[in-house]
Amino acid sequence: MTLLERSSKELQEGLHKGEFKIVDVINETYKRIEEVDGDVQAFLALNKEKALEEAKEKDQVPVNERGPLFGLPIGIKDNIVTEGLETTCASKILEGFIPIYDATVVKKLREAGMITIGKLNMDEFAMGSSTETSYYKKTKNPWDLERVPGGSSGGSAASVAAGEVPFSLGTDTGGSIRQPAAFCGVVGMKPTYGRVSRYGAVAFASSLDQIGPITRNVYDNALLLEVIAGVDPNDSTSADVPVPNYVSKLDGDIKGLRIAVPKEFLAEGIDESVRKSVLDALEVFKGLGATVEEVSLPHSKYALATYYILASSEASSNLARFDGIRYGFRAEGVKNLMDLYKQTRAQGFGDEVKRRIMLGTYSLSAGTYDAYYKKAQQVRTLIKQDYDKVFEDYDVIVGPTTPTAAFKIGENIDDPLTMYANDILTIPINLAGVPAISIPCGFDNGLPLGLQIIGKHFDEETVYRAAYAFEQATDYHKQSPRLGGK
Amino acid sequence: MAKLTKEEVKHIAHLARLAITEEEAEKFSEQLGKITEYVETLNELDTTDVEPTSHVLPIVNVMREDVAKKGLELEKVLLNVKEHENGLIKVPPILEE
Repeated sequence: MTLLERSSKELQEGLHKGEFKIVDVINETYKRIEEVDGDVQAFLALNKEKALEEAKEKDQVPVNERGPLFGLPIGIKDNIVTEGLETTCASKILEGFIPIYDATVVKKLREAGMITIGKLNMDEFAMGSSTETSYYKKTKNPWDLERVPGGSSGGSAASVAAGEVPFSLGTDTGGSIRQPAAFCGVVGMKPTYGRVSRYGAVAFASSLDQIGPITRNVYDNALLLEVIAGVDPNDSTSADVPVPNYVSKLDGDIKGLRIAVPKEFLAEGIDESVRKSVLDALEVFKGLGATVEEVSLPHSKYALATYYILASSEASSNLARFDGIRYGFRAEGVKNLMDLYKQTRAQGFGDEVKRRIMLGTYSLSAGTYDAYYKKAQQVRTLIKQDYDKVFEDYDVIVGPTTPTAAFKIGENIDDPLTMYANDILTIPINLAGVPAISIPCGFDNGLPLGLQIIGKHFDEETVYRAAYAFEQATDYHKQSPRLGGK
Repeated sequence: MAKLTKEEVKHIAHLARLAITEEEAEKFSEQLGKITEYVETLNELDTTDVEPTSHVLPIVNVMREDVAKKGLELEKVLLNVKEHENGLIKVPPILEE
């Protein structure tokens, strides 16, 4: 077993026994990246020199002073700012941008002793479901290099699946952690809105965005969320709710857990292989002593339209800051200030970002505001109420993460609406603000499938307990893609 | 409403401070037209008397102590600025001659 195939527990055991050092783990990480990233293309920037320096320092720290993630490598999605390390949001408009502070989550990783390996590719400004809208490179799915890794956190999911890093951070506005986690066969958690500080995450849609962990197993995922969660004075939407010790609750016992299965999540448009894997998963849960009942989330079919109005409106406002003045790309040969703004933005943003900025601008403009923006906010209320109602009688909601397994590169890129439909099962969760995880639950012709487990506000604990019990009862998470001849 | 004309798209692009070519206006008017047509399915729902949700948490105003804090250092602020002089950011002319 290579170092990077080990869980955090196994890595710490080896470090404590002196079988290897932190610097060996970090060296191994970069070696693996060198071997496979030419194929996978998950990383946009590497932090090698500093990471190795930090590793040597950390090897001097006595083992009894180290926490469970101390000295372990992590990759960061490129829309989370890292002081001194280029952060581009995979956009030309931020080419060469060097952040002058760390995001709160990055500061917390540092305090836990984790080592930042590099920055991970994504859809430009997190707008996309395939990582194809990145200005810089196309990340490949490690299970089939002709397929997309999902998106927008495609680099974060692919790097973990490819064994380049055991941990990564992603962001999720409409499914951007869970959908790539499902496509790449890894574990991805979108926490409750407000659970994790967004300070230093470049804003896309502020009322929906959340940072969350991507890992190879549920235990490590819970461990990482514990580190990054919590209230932050720098994010007034972070919630002052105590963060439980998640991993101490992972015992595999879910007897009596009340599972709701929305009929809308297994309806038309869901691939047969996906449906079957979810039905099989429900049998596993029943076998573990959970009860499973069908419910309805009647407004599900309106979630996609609601999301595209709200997320685009918020994006049109958030992305106004990219004007070529204070940072990033600046167009040359312009006539005046207005021309500078227009040319910088026209040359700096890709088509998908422009589409969403324009849709948002239109939704918020005089004459359409009530029919679009306000209407969508009202439908959001109805969607949230659907979830509140189900959670009166159930502990978790279970369904598929995506309607299909990973699609081919180029297959959907010219058809925005088909691309958007990929997120039909993940978007309502962001609108309702509840937490949800995607865990491996099967394969379709060698491509991983994801099971989505959705919880009540701030009840990540129950989501993790259910996910852990399922994982321990199955072996989907133990399989890895073949890469680099291994 | 649905269909967006090329002229409307150009107006939206101006509001969003995006330079736009004729061909782009054509392409975006078709794509945005399809998207707006789709999002108008929301009109099937009666939302009379439904309160809008702007975000899901019951947080209203978050205050902090009114204590002066040091801001960012000028050197850091200028680190990513393309053109600056004497601590000021340079931009092209704001007023036309």
